[in-house]
Amino acid sequence: MTALKRLLADRAASIGAALILGLILVAIFAPVLAPYPGDVTAFHLTERLQPPSADHLFGTDRMGSDVFSRILFGARITITIAVIAVGVSVGIGVPIGLIAGYYGGFPGGFLMRTSDIFLAVPQIVLAIAIAQTLGPSVENVILALSLTYWPFWARLVYAETRSLKAQTFVEAALALGASDLRVMVLHILPNTASAIIVRTSIGMGATILTAAALGFLGLGAPPPTPEWGRTISEAREFLPEAWWYAAAPGLAIFLVVMGFNLLGDGLRDILDPKLRKGSR
Amino acid sequence: MRRLEIILSRLVWFIPTLFGLVFVVFFISNVIPTDPARIIAGENATEAQVQALRAEMGLDQPLYVQFGRYVADLATGDLGKSLYTQRAISEDLLHRLPATLELTMAAMVVAIGLGVPLGVISAVKRNSMIDQTLRVLSVSGLAVASFWLAMELQMYFSTKLGWTPLNGRIAGWGPEEITGFYLLDSLLTGDWASFWDTLHHMLLPAITLALPAAATLVRFTRAGVLEVINSNFVLYERAMGFPTTLITWKYVLRNALISTVTQIGLIFGSLFAGAVVVEAVFDWPGLGTYAVQSILQSDTKAILGFSIIVGVVFIGVNLLVDIIHTFIDPRTLK
Repeated sequence: MTALKRLLADRAASIGAALILGLILVAIFAPVLAPYPGDVTAFHLTERLQPPSADHLFGTDRMGSDVFSRILFGARITITIAVIAVGVSVGIGVPIGLIAGYYGGFPGGFLMRTSDIFLAVPQIVLAIAIAQTLGPSVENVILALSLTYWPFWARLVYAETRSLKAQTFVEAALALGASDLRVMVLHILPNTASAIIVRTSIGMGATILTAAALGFLGLGAPPPTPEWGRTISEAREFLPEAWWYAAAPGLAIFLVVMGFNLLGDGLRDILDPKLRKGSR
Repeated sequence: MRRLEIILSRLVWFIPTLFGLVFVVFFISNVIPTDPARIIAGENATEAQVQALRAEMGLDQPLYVQFGRYVADLATGDLGKSLYTQRAISEDLLHRLPATLELTMAAMVVAIGLGVPLGVISAVKRNSMIDQTLRVLSVSGLAVASFWLAMELQMYFSTKLGWTPLNGRIAGWGPEEITGFYLLDSLLTGDWASFWDTLHHMLLPAITLALPAAATLVRFTRAGVLEVINSNFVLYERAMGFPTTLITWKYVLRNALISTVTQIGLIFGSLFAGAVVVEAVFDWPGLGTYAVQSILQSDTKAILGFSIIVGVVFIGVNLLVDIIHTFIDPRTLK
């Protein structure tokens, strides 16, 4: 059975995949799906804080804008932040882990010690420090998340590379005259792929949560950006009367993060049978 | 003596790691030129006044000189002055640290008290309804944004039902301060009213903070127990007629907890970090609220000090976990 078939056979993983697919479709087709696409920036003060109704599925916010439409557009921001931040972290962390693990010695030790420094503080704390100095914007949130997340990937790939390097197939490749670069990229890297893929899915979820927290703290994009975390902090002063205002973005975050976590768990079961024994 | 060696080798790394942390945060925070002198001087200050203040604060010096000064000050425990409170940042942070630690530890207790037993039950009753439900709940617990959960719980239990206080750490001034940990201080002074009030205030923030951590612990404990439960020594004990409860909760759990203890170290970090956001929602007067206020004030030095304090606590906890590990699993000493 191919990996995809096995993934679809796993109920939890298929739910996860469906949720992520939903997120992507919503992000792409937000202007078509949103009942009031103009409400990202437009406001109608006479209709502010209306409860959910047929006209406004999730009610309206403090500006009278349609919460549902803004959530749909918020999906674009969420997915952009997560994809770029995780992509950049992987792009920095994986080569560093590979090089450090392969060569070891002083350069390897130096690279890993550097990543330890970043790991010495919880990611969100460092991200807060960076995002705060750079100023509130989506770009800076992405930058702050990337700068603080790469060490996780470096650690992961480092550990994998260390154990793979001792294996016979690497020795064989080297004996056949393969260059270091060739061994690293063509022999070791593919063997670390499953660990990277599994962590990427879970990392996307974690990044979305951190990004939302930064938005909630006022470090994300400035208003009227429909970022989910910021929307929740905006909704705060209208609780408990306007419960829908905070509930909708909170549920959106929940569903998306759940999607990535479920997919990650499913992928781990399929790609990493070693781990499967214990958890099943 | 091997234990001492491990501890020493960890301690040796403490200073370079800390130095590296300061270096990284300091330079990143100076990549974009903000001008604290102008902020302090206020909008109506003349250019000359701003210049004078800049010179006084050492901001006219090259970056490496500023960094050198910062590190030299740090060595004496001086983190600069807060723009917001106008007090020494180190003083502010140390004053607030007990509040955050108290909340984090309370959350830790809730998370362990909830996560470990549920994880064991989940493993023992594998694939039953309970197990399935717990698995769905633990996956969900990891997907919830803590600040959102905090707000929703606050709205329901405090605003609507009025069961728990809306925010803060205690009503009134709190117990006579000895350690800064209110629960401990009120116990020491026999101030029971303060004790219960602190506990009451702590309930909701601690539970909010604990839920994702409990979810992680359920998963890890379950996996750990499942791995151990099929081993030969368990089979032997069963054959010897040991009661199942004793086997499960004593012998299996002790072995299964090895991986959980490592997790607990990581979890402490995530709780400590999570406290930043949860504190902001509950107006808990700890490091998190301080950080958030500093963000609003664009107080870079305070944020820098905050990350350093968190770093110190974090590195310290990891050291502690390594030490505890050597007691639980003597194999690491070999």
